[in-house]
Amino acid sequence: MDLGLFAQYVMNGLMLGMMYALVAVGFTLFFGVLDVIKFSHGDVLTVGAFTALASYAGLSALGIHSPWLELIIMLVLATLAMALLGMLIARYLVMPLRSAPPLNTLLITLMLGTALRESVRLFYPQGANPKPFPALLPRASIDLGEFNLRLDNVLMLAAGVAVIAGLQYLLNRTKLGLAIRAVAQDEETARTMGINFTAIVLITFAIGSGLAAFAGVMNGLYYNEINFGLGLYLGVIGFSAAIIGGLGSIYGAILGGFLFAGLQTVGTVLLPFASAYKDVFAFAVVIALMAWRPTGLIREKISERV
Amino acid sequence: MIKTRKAATAGLAALAIALAINAASAKEKVKVGFIGPLTGGVSVNGIGGRNSADLAVRLRNADAKAKYEYEMVVLDDECKPDVAVRVATKMAADKDIIAAATHYCSATAIATVDTYHKFGFPVIVWGAVLPDITYRNKYAEIHRVNGTMINQNDVNAELISKLGYKTVAVIHDTTDYGKGHNEYFSKALARIGKAKIVGTFGVTADQQDFTAELTKIKALNPEVIYFGGLTPIGVRIRQQMDKLGIKAVFDGTSGIVSDAFIQGLGPLAEGCLAFREGAPTEKLPGGKFFMEKYNAQKYEQPPEAYGAFAFAAMNMIIDSIEKVGPDRKKVIADLGNVKDRDSIVGKITFDDHGQNTVAVITKYVVQDGKFVEWDDSDYAKSKRKLPGQK
Repeated sequence: MDLGLFAQYVMNGLMLGMMYALVAVGFTLFFGVLDVIKFSHGDVLTVGAFTALASYAGLSALGIHSPWLELIIMLVLATLAMALLGMLIARYLVMPLRSAPPLNTLLITLMLGTALRESVRLFYPQGANPKPFPALLPRASIDLGEFNLRLDNVLMLAAGVAVIAGLQYLLNRTKLGLAIRAVAQDEETARTMGINFTAIVLITFAIGSGLAAFAGVMNGLYYNEINFGLGLYLGVIGFSAAIIGGLGSIYGAILGGFLFAGLQTVGTVLLPFASAYKDVFAFAVVIALMAWRPTGLIREKISERV
Repeated sequence: MIKTRKAATAGLAALAIALAINAASAKEKVKVGFIGPLTGGVSVNGIGGRNSADLAVRLRNADAKAKYEYEMVVLDDECKPDVAVRVATKMAADKDIIAAATHYCSATAIATVDTYHKFGFPVIVWGAVLPDITYRNKYAEIHRVNGTMINQNDVNAELISKLGYKTVAVIHDTTDYGKGHNEYFSKALARIGKAKIVGTFGVTADQQDFTAELTKIKALNPEVIYFGGLTPIGVRIRQQMDKLGIKAVFDGTSGIVSDAFIQGLGPLAEGCLAFREGAPTEKLPGGKFFMEKYNAQKYEQPPEAYGAFAFAAMNMIIDSIEKVGPDRKKVIADLGNVKDRDSIVGKITFDDHGQNTVAVITKYVVQDGKFVEWDDSDYAKSKRKLPGQK
C-alpha cells in the first residue's frame, strides 16, 4: 500500500479512536463510582454538540466573529451545561435507584437517552435535519501524496490527548482524584474516612458528561455536521469500547476506543467484501475478545470475586 | 282515504327533507390513513407528506358536495421496516380505516406489502421508489403514484456518460433502497458502456464516519461518486469528501432532493447532481394550485419533494370512496381501473401492478443553494463547470 494512503488511514483511525475513547472514559467513570451503566451518555454528547451549535448562533447574533473566542466560549458553555446535566441525571435519576436492581438504572437511562434525542429533534429549530457545524479551526493542510494532513485534525488530536492527560492527572495526583478512586474502590470505607459520597458521585458524573460535551464539539468540528442521532451510535461504540477495555479502567477505555476505531478501519480497508460489513467485523472481534477476556483487556485493579 | 294518502305523502316528503338536511349537517364519518417517517433522519419528508395528505383531506371536508366527512389517521413508520410492519398491521386491522397513503422509505414500503395484502387493505404508496414494491408481487391492494428508481437511474447514467465521465465509484446504503439504486444504476451504466465503475461500497444507513471508505475511493481516483441513499448520510459523505480533498462530482438520487440537503451542506452542495421522477412541484399541472392551498394552511414545514404525490395519493383514495362508498373491496376494484385520471401530478394510469406509468424524470443540479433543473442551469450551458466537466 502507498505510504501516504496508509498515513491517511492511520489519521482517520486516530481521530475516530479519540472520539470513541472520550465517550468510553465517561462510561468507565460512571461504572467506577456507582457500578452503573448510564446509557444516556451518547445522547448527552448530542445535547452537548447542539448546545455548542446554539451558542455559536448566539455569538454570531451578538456580532462576535473571532473563531478562537467563539470556539472557547462554545466549548466552555457546552461542557458546563453538560456537566450540570450529568449532575442532575445522577442526582435525580441514578442515585435514587441505588438500591434497586442495576437493570432499572440501565433502563431508566436508556429511556432518558431517547427522551433527550427526541427533544433535540423536536425542539431545536429544524432539529430533524443534519446541521452544518462551523469550521472554526484553521483550515491549513499539507498534501503529502495521497495523505492530506490537516492542521485542524492535528489540533483536535492534541486537545484530546491534553484532556485525557488532564483527567489522568486529576484522578491520580489530586485530592479529588483520590476521593473518586476511594469511592470507586469501596464506598463504605470511603464514607467512614469522611468523604462526601454524594458530592463525589455528582462531580464524577459532571466530569464524565463534560467529556462527552467535549467529544461532541470535536465531532462537530471534525465532520462539520451534527445531527440528533449521532450520540446513539457513538454511545453504543463507546460502551463496547469501555467493556473491551475493562469497565472501570481509564486506560482500558482509551485502549478500547482506539482498538475499535482500528478494527473498523481495518474492516473497511482490508476485507475483500468492501465496507458493508465493517461493523459486523468490528463487533464480531469484540465478541471474540470478550469471550477470551470476560473482564476486559485491562482489569479493574480490585475486582470483586465471588 | 285520499286525504290520508296526501297527508302520508306530505309526511314522507317532510321526512325526506329532514333526512337530507341531517345528512348535510352530519355526514357519515369515514377514516383514511397516512403512514410515513415522522421521526428520525428523514422525518422532514414524512412530515411534508403528512401535511400534503392532510391538505387533501381538509380541502375535501371543506367541500359541501362531498358525501362523507373524512378523518385521517396518521402513524409513524420511522423509516424502519420492523416499525413499519407493526404500524401497518395496526392500521390495516382497524376495519374503520378504508384505505391509506403509505410510506416514503422503500425499506418500509417493501416490508409492508404482504401485510396490506393479507388484510385486503388498499394503499397508495406516495414516495418510495423501489420497483419491487409494486412489481415483486401482483397484489391488487398495492398502488403507487410516483415512479420507480429504474427510470431515474437510466437518466442518471445517461447524463454521466454524456458528460464524458469515464470512472465512477458507487456508495450506497445497505437497505433495499440503496441496494436497488446500486443495482439499477450499475446496470444502466454498463448498458451505455462509456463509463466504468471502479469500486462499490455499501454503508449502513446511520453511519457517521465515511473517511475509511472515502480514503479508499480517493486512491481509486474516480471522476464521479454516485450515492444511492438518503439525505442524512448524503450530507455526511459530501462533507467528508471535502475534508479528504476529493474533487469528484457528487451524483445523488431522488433520496437527496430535499431542502435539508442544501441546508446541511451550505456552499458545499453546489454542483451536486440528483434525479427525481415527475416534474418539479411548481411545474406540475396542479403545482400552483397545490402550493397556494398548502401555503394557505400555514403548515410549519414545506411539502418537500414528494408532498405533491402524497396529496395526489390521498385525493385519489377520497375520490374512490366518494364514488363507490366506504368499502375496502369496492375501493380496490375502483383503483384497479385507473386510466388517465386527472391529478395535480398529471394524468395517472395504473398498470396491472398498480404502478403509475409516469416516465418523466427531472434532472437536478444544485446551483446557488437551490435544486435547479439541469437543462436550465449554468452547468448545462457551460457557464459553470462541474469538477472535470469538459
